[in-house]
Amino acid sequence: MTTPGPNRSVLEVIDLHVEIASRRGVVRAVDGVSLEVPAGQAVGVVGESGSGKSMTLRAVLGVLPPEAKITAGQVLLDGQDLAHLSNTQLNRVRGPKIAMIFQEPMSALNPVMRVGAQIAEGPQVHLGMNRAKAGERALELMRRVGIPDPERRYRAYPHEFSGGMRQRVMIAIALSCDPSVILCDEPTTALDVTIQDQILRLLGRLCRESGTSLVFVTHDLPVVAQVCDELAVMYAGQIVERGAVREVLTRPSHPYTLGLVRSAPDVDHPRSSLVAIPGSPPSLISPPSGCRFHPRCSFAEQDCVTTMPPLKPIGAGRATACLHYERCLEALDTQGADR
Amino acid sequence: MSTQPLMAAGPGTRDDGTPLLEATGLSVSFSVGSALAARLRHEPRVLHAVDGVDLRIERGEAVALVGESGSGKSTLARALTGLLKPDQGSILLDGKALPASGRRSRTDQRKVQMVFQDPYSSLNPRLTVGGMLHELLRVHHVVPRAEIPAYTRELLGLVGLGEEAVHAYPRQFSGGQRQRVAIARALALRPELLVADEPVSALDVSVQATILNLLQDLRAQLGLTLLLISHNLAVVRHLCDRVAVMYLGRIIEVAPTEELFAAPRHPYTQGLLAAIPRMTFAPEGDAPAVRGDPPSPLRIPAGCRFRTRCPIAEPICAEQDPALLPTAGAPAHSAACHFAFAATPQPREGATP
Repeated sequence: MTTPGPNRSVLEVIDLHVEIASRRGVVRAVDGVSLEVPAGQAVGVVGESGSGKSMTLRAVLGVLPPEAKITAGQVLLDGQDLAHLSNTQLNRVRGPKIAMIFQEPMSALNPVMRVGAQIAEGPQVHLGMNRAKAGERALELMRRVGIPDPERRYRAYPHEFSGGMRQRVMIAIALSCDPSVILCDEPTTALDVTIQDQILRLLGRLCRESGTSLVFVTHDLPVVAQVCDELAVMYAGQIVERGAVREVLTRPSHPYTLGLVRSAPDVDHPRSSLVAIPGSPPSLISPPSGCRFHPRCSFAEQDCVTTMPPLKPIGAGRATACLHYERCLEALDTQGADR
Repeated sequence: MSTQPLMAAGPGTRDDGTPLLEATGLSVSFSVGSALAARLRHEPRVLHAVDGVDLRIERGEAVALVGESGSGKSTLARALTGLLKPDQGSILLDGKALPASGRRSRTDQRKVQMVFQDPYSSLNPRLTVGGMLHELLRVHHVVPRAEIPAYTRELLGLVGLGEEAVHAYPRQFSGGQRQRVAIARALALRPELLVADEPVSALDVSVQATILNLLQDLRAQLGLTLLLISHNLAVVRHLCDRVAVMYLGRIIEVAPTEELFAAPRHPYTQGLLAAIPRMTFAPEGDAPAVRGDPPSPLRIPAGCRFRTRCPIAEPICAEQDPALLPTAGAPAHSAACHFAFAATPQPREGATP
């Protein structure tokens, strides 16, 4: 694979809009999302269900459900705009340049095809390898992702694998054509905590070794903290905060991020009570005016109801879409240790 | 308003040191698959989901059952609630043995109530919340008929829902509100033990906290005893006094929460705690905290069940099944490991990912 210089963005999403037609109206699932994925870095995207994080990933890869459409924006992969490619053109990109790991490996793998053949398929189609060579590559990949006894497991079917092993197969498939970016959609949510730990460490090691960038979508903040360098927090179809992972998690500068951090119990710092975010996420058919988080926000002022805050830089590589983000930092300083 | 306040504990309450619930040698197994397939594949058909578990739950405490999927924690919870009939072992409720047939009297049913994981499937979609609660209250004669509506409103208030919820159907609620309804349903019978099976894992992160806080408040308010089943150790640490760790159908370690987190004795518990993703620091190295996959519960290893994944296993582990015994110096802290008294195990080298 090509190794681009540091700081260069491999993947750039610019002002992406995805709309879903539904009986009740148009759902603006992704509403102006911009995201940069630097070479060799892991970018986390966190948000609750319905925040548009998975839709963003699917739009990048061009695998949106039929009722959803990209209505505006660009997806630049090594300078090429994926948002306007045909399916045939996309097929040439998916695999050798960009790959995806899904949440449910059992439904993402072909149940009636041997695991080895599924891993070897990509190199045959995209890298022009013959069957024998691709087979050897598959074996090597199976070894790399830690599947024990690969010679025997090569001929097994997905149902013969455990959940963790299936996810390893998915990772092997994603790596098979040396893509520059791998998109991960909650890859460990369906797994037990010890298996999750194995998969996260494996992903981290493989990406470090091959210089592959990761986009990691999850609702689980500690998982992001473990895997990612950068973090984008999504709420109601928009990115509300962005920055280096540890910075964002320890000094959140958007009330929603602050709420997420405070509402989850922390295994190392037990607290007497949790601070819940009141209310529930808004409908994306008719989202609230102004800042979409204002109905649930304890810092909200009159201007939050009327003005939609843009995502603006606040220094040190951070950006926030909050008009009163200083209040978060103040709240952190006064209530201090309770993070 | 009913004459009897909601928070009054049930009639059988005593406080003489008898544990509220005590299970001894409890086993639950299922037959799986067809007899033919089992014979062809030389696979056993009996799955021992819970295999000889002893558990005491004292009045007023919050106990957590943790473990990976397939460890039998939900099966154990269901057996304790009376939803599954145990094959072996006995359950004492309030010091009184429950019949081996698994059928409980209404009074005993009332004492143990359960909240399920998925509030989308555990509520009847065709019944309004009021209809559901009224039926339950009529069948169990919790309050005189005339007081049912008032009692229902009081219950809904207790879980933080307004009176208008009486006439609403489950589909009209969000996930968090549905879980409140499910909790109200469980509390309607004035149980002494509330069994909550992963009560927040189907909910959004921002909503989870409200349900956890509610459970905590209810415990303080009603003096409820809680058995929480969870795979989320942060939730467990937040809510519970004592933790029982399960692995392949057995409890392999029990300890007061803080002690378990500070000084886990069983190598599995140590691995489990090390495997939790942390907000504040990154893991060191690429070696996973616990290697390998859990074995199939159809083929439980002989001797210690954890030995196939254990970093400190010795030949004795394959021969002798370690019993769950109190550890030296900490009578409340038990572990089922031949080496539970030894120092912290050495980290393995070159572990396979």
